[in-house]
Amino acid sequence: MSEEIKTFAEFKSGLSVRWCPGCGDHAILNSIQKAMFELGYKKEEVTVISGIGCSSRLTYYMNTYGFHTIHGRASAIASGVKVANPSLNVWQITGDGDALAIGGNHFIHTIRRNVDINMILFNNQIYGLTKGQYSPTSEKGFVSKTSPYGTIENPFRPGELTIGARGHFFARTVDKELKHSVEVFKGAAQHKGTSVVEVLQNCVIFNDRTHEAITDKAFKSDRTILLRHGEPMIFGANNDKGLVLQGTELKVVKLGEDNWTEKDLLVHDAYCEDTMMHQKLVNMEYPDYPVALGIIRAVNATTYEVEMQDQLDSVKERSKIKSFKDLVYTGDVWKVE
Amino acid sequence: MGKRSKVIERDEVVVRFSGDSGDGMQLTGTLFSHTSAIYGNDISTFPDYPADIRAPQGTIGGVSGFQVHFGSSEVYTPGDYADVLIAMNPAALKANAKWIKAGGTIIVDIDSFDEKNLKKAGYKTDDPITEEKLNDFYIIKAPITTMTKESLKDLGLDNKSILRSKNMYALGLVYWLFDRPLTHTQEYIRKKFAKNPLIVEANLKVLESGFNYGMIIQAVTPSYQIVPADVQKGNYRNLNGNTAVAWGFLAAAERSGLELFLGSYPITPATEILQELSARKDLGVKVFQAEDEIAGICTAIGASFTGRLAITTTSGPGLALKGEAIGLAVMAELPIVIVDVQRGGPSTGLPTKTEQSDLFQALYGRNGESPAVVIAASTPVNCFDYAYYAAKIAVEHMTPVILLTDGFLANGTQPWRIPDLEEFPVIIPPFIKEARPGWHPYERDAEKLNRYWAVPGTEGLTHRIGGLEKDYNTGNISHDPLNHQKMTDVREARIQRIADYIPYLEVVGNDDADLLVVGWGGTYGHLITAADYMNAQGYNIALAHFTYINPLPKNTYDVLKRYKNILVCELNNGQFVNYLRMKYPEVKYSQYNKVQGLPFTSAELVEQYKKMLEE
Repeated sequence: MSEEIKTFAEFKSGLSVRWCPGCGDHAILNSIQKAMFELGYKKEEVTVISGIGCSSRLTYYMNTYGFHTIHGRASAIASGVKVANPSLNVWQITGDGDALAIGGNHFIHTIRRNVDINMILFNNQIYGLTKGQYSPTSEKGFVSKTSPYGTIENPFRPGELTIGARGHFFARTVDKELKHSVEVFKGAAQHKGTSVVEVLQNCVIFNDRTHEAITDKAFKSDRTILLRHGEPMIFGANNDKGLVLQGTELKVVKLGEDNWTEKDLLVHDAYCEDTMMHQKLVNMEYPDYPVALGIIRAVNATTYEVEMQDQLDSVKERSKIKSFKDLVYTGDVWKVE
Repeated sequence: MGKRSKVIERDEVVVRFSGDSGDGMQLTGTLFSHTSAIYGNDISTFPDYPADIRAPQGTIGGVSGFQVHFGSSEVYTPGDYADVLIAMNPAALKANAKWIKAGGTIIVDIDSFDEKNLKKAGYKTDDPITEEKLNDFYIIKAPITTMTKESLKDLGLDNKSILRSKNMYALGLVYWLFDRPLTHTQEYIRKKFAKNPLIVEANLKVLESGFNYGMIIQAVTPSYQIVPADVQKGNYRNLNGNTAVAWGFLAAAERSGLELFLGSYPITPATEILQELSARKDLGVKVFQAEDEIAGICTAIGASFTGRLAITTTSGPGLALKGEAIGLAVMAELPIVIVDVQRGGPSTGLPTKTEQSDLFQALYGRNGESPAVVIAASTPVNCFDYAYYAAKIAVEHMTPVILLTDGFLANGTQPWRIPDLEEFPVIIPPFIKEARPGWHPYERDAEKLNRYWAVPGTEGLTHRIGGLEKDYNTGNISHDPLNHQKMTDVREARIQRIADYIPYLEVVGNDDADLLVVGWGGTYGHLITAADYMNAQGYNIALAHFTYINPLPKNTYDVLKRYKNILVCELNNGQFVNYLRMKYPEVKYSQYNKVQGLPFTSAELVEQYKKMLEE
């Protein structure tokens, strides 16, 4: 039996952390280690797989099994790890470039298959490691070293893409909100299947304050909404705003105005299989709407690796071929004396 | 019973079944080759599918062929030219006319040689025999369609089912031609269509009618006699190269105690390996059909990280896509076997045709100094052996191994003596199961220089690996210049050290031969057939055929330096000869190359060998 882990610091590898001072990644690393500690993980049960990018360095800072792989391919490698050994807790660390640009294909197919992987997607809307080029989540018009006159392409919304790829779990949190991040990471880990957590992360050097309009303390209560399953969709510094459905559109209402009461507000149902409401919630953008944080979608479904094992077991039971020898003597075999 | 007019005694014969893709020629050829093998002949077969999935009926594009070469001594290739051609329609005759030996026998379904079909095949007159200048051949104009209809007229079958059984008529006739028993095929029909007694009856009836037609025409038609070969005792079955590869990995999994994991993406001509292993859930194989070639190898690398026997399968274009991931496996020193069933290139090239296209890609197709083991199987059935040894080397030396086969080996079949697994050396994975002082992820075995396999889930061995350069002494990330040199050197050294664990290069022929023929991979059958033929005529020719390419066998230079006259034959523009020139520049090499999507013919090789001796 392995020793009981007494503090989250035991998940630290001891290697000196090389991210820039002030980078949001430091906080996320801490939250991940805290979540693992609170989940009661043993170090050897955890495998962290990452691709390439600033975020992907995280693997080296974890005192678990880890594999820092190649650009964009982490979800494929993580799929191989999980399918080969379903008893492992597999976490994938990735960024907006790694997961949504070069790794876009693996990202959607892993989600579609529902392999039980916790994907933590650090979204800073910029390429940091290559020093400041726009990413697939940069807003249209964004000025960067490779878009000196502004980008002319529409960004992906990670949540929309996840649900579009038939994802069963999507959550959003903010790097500096440690308590919330830990809660969301734990929720993702406990969910069986591919869990995507988008972390709004600040790149202090190349895209500083990119999420500040919504995450700054001064106005985050009015510009974000914290969703929890079973609770009304209410937000605002004075808890005086909420979301209602009018026709097929979400609408922000002020409680007390036009006779709106808390009872009129939508109640969050993260377990609802239908994607309509979840899709609307992940797509909410400031200033028209508050940005949704928390576990937005968490629907149970069979995972790929479990289905594979079930199929192996049932075919094994039915088949007459139990060994290599049985196989090679099945069919047309003749003897030369 | 009448007498056979003429019996041609032969050591070996090549028969080609050819017809429209709907005519069932693959099955007919397979059944015939099974019967010949059971009779005791050595055989080698090769299917020739149309490149298009559903080419128009009756056109040359839709012709599907199956060639069987069988003999009373060892047979190494499916044969260059056919002694006997079965042409079910004019297109089949047109497609194959230039591949028949002078004076050979041609059986045609004369019913299908009507104006419409002759035109579709591109004949200008109603006499294709004269048009093709085939008047010196024995032509058997059998009314196969009419006779098939006639024999089934009382069974109440629909017209479509009747026409579908005409291949059995042709097969029956060929059995008569070679004096072979119908038993095996009759058994097959009874088993295959057990649920449909009417179809069983129809096929059996037609098969016999075909055989009986031979008796009717025997007074005017020659038949052939090929006595059984003297083959090693044992249990046999027919096996093609792709199935052999799949089974080699199953054997390696069983012998190593490792779970087998295949991550792959369909690609011609490698897909059958993926299909075969997908069917082997009963043996616990985990097969992951990925979204692309890259994910195919990446899932396998993930599985390898967890201590599984990890495989990916592909062909040339797919190998190109996998290059970066192979580099990761080189850097992370994880075992994986990459099977490349080579096809004509570059780009999409000739997907269904064979070529020794990817030797350089396998050796060098990665960024950085990125050494990997490269092995090439040389016959359809030894694809089994080399898949086994590829897995053994990968696992025991913790390295990627690229196994090269090709379209010719993949689809060709030979009888395979079923081995006991104990005939193969056990595979011992270098697992480390518990922490020990001084262990780090890149700690190396003193002899093989491999690192140890510490798999996730093992207590006390948590560690991180990856694509970044690592420190020789700790396994942590390192950008130190001298460390990079040292790690580069050790990565090369540990691959070259594998030469201590592979067999010496064997030469077939004499030390004082006037010509050393050198080949590698799938050309073995043709190279040896041509050499044997020449030596039987009094020439003195030796063959050195390579299956281990990187590292090369330790005695390679000792072999090469013995011969003044060396001819390296390859189905590419000289990739292996240039590799040898780089490794052993002291040796003088000549080369013969062909890049036509076709295997060598033994005849053209004989010509080349002779040319070398004259110079």
